[in-house]
Amino acid sequence: MADHGPVDGGIPADDDIPAESGTPAERGTPGGGTPPGGETPVLRITGLNKSFGAVHVLHDVDFTLRPGQVTALVGDNGAGKSTLIKCIAGIHPIDSGTIEFEGRQVSISGPRDAAALGIEVVYQDLALADNLDIVQNMFLGRERTKGVVLDEDSMEQAARETLARLSVRTVKSVRQQVASLSGGQRQTVAIAKAALWESKVVILDEPTAALGVAQTRQVLDLVRRLADTGHSVVLISHNMNDVFEVADRITALYLGRVAADVARAEVTHGQVVELITAGRSGELGLAPVTAAENL
Amino acid sequence: MKLADSDFAADRRAHDVGSAVRDYLTRLRGGELGALPALLGMGGLILLFWILRPETFLSSQNIANLFTQALPVTILAMGLIFVLLLGEIDLSAGVTGGVCAAVMAKLMVDAEQPWYVAVLAALATGLVIGGAIGWLVSVIRIPSFVVTLALFLGLQGVTLRLIGEGGTVPVRDDVVVALANKNMPIWAGWLLAVVCTAGYAAVQLGRWRRQHQRNLAARPIQLVVGQVAVVGAALLFGTFLLSRDRAPSPLITVAGVPWGVLLVAVLFIIASFVLSRTPYGRHLYAVGGNAEAARRAGINVTRLRMSVFMIASTLAAVSGIVAASRLNSVATASGGGNELLFAVGAAVIGGTSLFGGKGKARDAILGGLVVSIIANGLGLLGAKAYLNMLITGGVLLLAASIDALARRQRSASGR
Repeated sequence: MADHGPVDGGIPADDDIPAESGTPAERGTPGGGTPPGGETPVLRITGLNKSFGAVHVLHDVDFTLRPGQVTALVGDNGAGKSTLIKCIAGIHPIDSGTIEFEGRQVSISGPRDAAALGIEVVYQDLALADNLDIVQNMFLGRERTKGVVLDEDSMEQAARETLARLSVRTVKSVRQQVASLSGGQRQTVAIAKAALWESKVVILDEPTAALGVAQTRQVLDLVRRLADTGHSVVLISHNMNDVFEVADRITALYLGRVAADVARAEVTHGQVVELITAGRSGELGLAPVTAAENL
Repeated sequence: MKLADSDFAADRRAHDVGSAVRDYLTRLRGGELGALPALLGMGGLILLFWILRPETFLSSQNIANLFTQALPVTILAMGLIFVLLLGEIDLSAGVTGGVCAAVMAKLMVDAEQPWYVAVLAALATGLVIGGAIGWLVSVIRIPSFVVTLALFLGLQGVTLRLIGEGGTVPVRDDVVVALANKNMPIWAGWLLAVVCTAGYAAVQLGRWRRQHQRNLAARPIQLVVGQVAVVGAALLFGTFLLSRDRAPSPLITVAGVPWGVLLVAVLFIIASFVLSRTPYGRHLYAVGGNAEAARRAGINVTRLRMSVFMIASTLAAVSGIVAASRLNSVATASGGGNELLFAVGAAVIGGTSLFGGKGKARDAILGGLVVSIIANGLGLLGAKAYLNMLITGGVLLLAASIDALARRQRSASGR
């Protein structure tokens, strides 16, 4: 397995050089319209276009992810959020544009490519098997073996360490069947599963959509800790409270275009809602002509 | 928050017998019945038939009969468990066994091939039939119910064509006949029981020790020892029963564990190992539990689905061979009767779910014994054929109801 560079605990300071950073030259590469921070983006997408038949779903999308940050991907239904993450996850091939991963240009032609790079997606419908326990689910499809035999002990230890690292303290036993977990615990396990794989980018599709208040709290805390341990997190959400609570940056999509890519601190609730619904808000967002073009 | 509910408390807490029993009762109430229905059913039936037929039912001859009667059903059920784990069904498994047995018998009688060639050909036939079913189900995506129903009819035609209308092919080869009719030497039977007990104890205690040392989730040692003791006692007691002389006349001696029991033991150990210790087995459970999750985890669901039908049909071939050995012949109707119903019943009674994702190799043995106790007991009572069918059908429905209700209970208490 590749080297793994999450910083255990604590938010990396701005001038921290994460272990996965490349050469100094690469680190100096300016990210297009990059905010302060200056680290090499983990993932940088430029000029991505994607059509399904005659429908142009994504127009020249630029999208940048940095280690240790939570990027909220917001937009109305049909804005292209799902298509964008599916392009990143290798489920949809892209029509044009470049994807750079840690400064290298890569092509992602399948889910396995994405997983090999360290991109993990936690889908909305969870993808956990109810009849297996937490350890079995976390290692599903990537079981550790000794010869042909499953190495249960080492998997159990690793699963527990990962859960402990993410301060997941609500499960009674890692040998508990997933069927017996609450919705929030299941979501927690699904997210921890993504974190287990030395992943660099973790994409969460509406992780709090079906959860109650306390469970949402648990999951949001986990999202924050995931970023604090060095992962780059993409959070897709319709809930502005969640977005403003954990996100470092907000990327708003409007009808397949990036309306804005801003730091959370620079915008208000209302502005983000306007970006989602109208594609622009005051100085921010698409030019009026572009925003109107697709209506 | 209570300490007991968080921080992996249950993993760290030293389990004592009391807490383990409480956990077990909670699981039981939550619909995790395990082997309980099969064991209760077995106990109840033994008691019932013993009361009704005190002289014959528990005679050493009938007990040996019971074991050989259970062999074909148990082996067929063991194969079906793989298919049921994915939530699929193989209705043609019984007749597949019949076709394979016919292939074996024809090769030995008409082509005068040695037994091993005939047996290998029968196994290969099973593998090919399973491959065809698997391909139709997993690649073409026809529901397994329909594919195997069609083959249930079609394969009976194949048997008929091979053997000829109304005919039977005798099976006289010593090795094949010995499978269900001859016994191991008495010392070998004891050796088998002792080796199995010791092996089981070594595996269980070794695992407990490892988990204990590494501070992993482990059951209390008292329970582990108790389980080993119960299994060991059952094995040794069974061997004792089968080692008594059961010859009807005092002039000859018939005693020992039937060779077929050794075959089932070997198949059981292999199947258990594959299901619980290998990634392949783990993936079967995952696909049965949530096929989409398994697919996203990078598991090749198509290949897996195909493989279970190949396993089921190959074990069906073994079952057909054992059945032919027991009857000393293969007839046109071989495998076309109650065999499949009995085998599905055995798997479900043992605790395998018809909904997929739940089942163990041991279910075949427990369920197979229950099913053959019913058939055997009703035979001793001289029950009419119609009653026999009614009761067997009723038992299968009862087992399926328990399965469905337990599943509902699980999902109700799950969240």
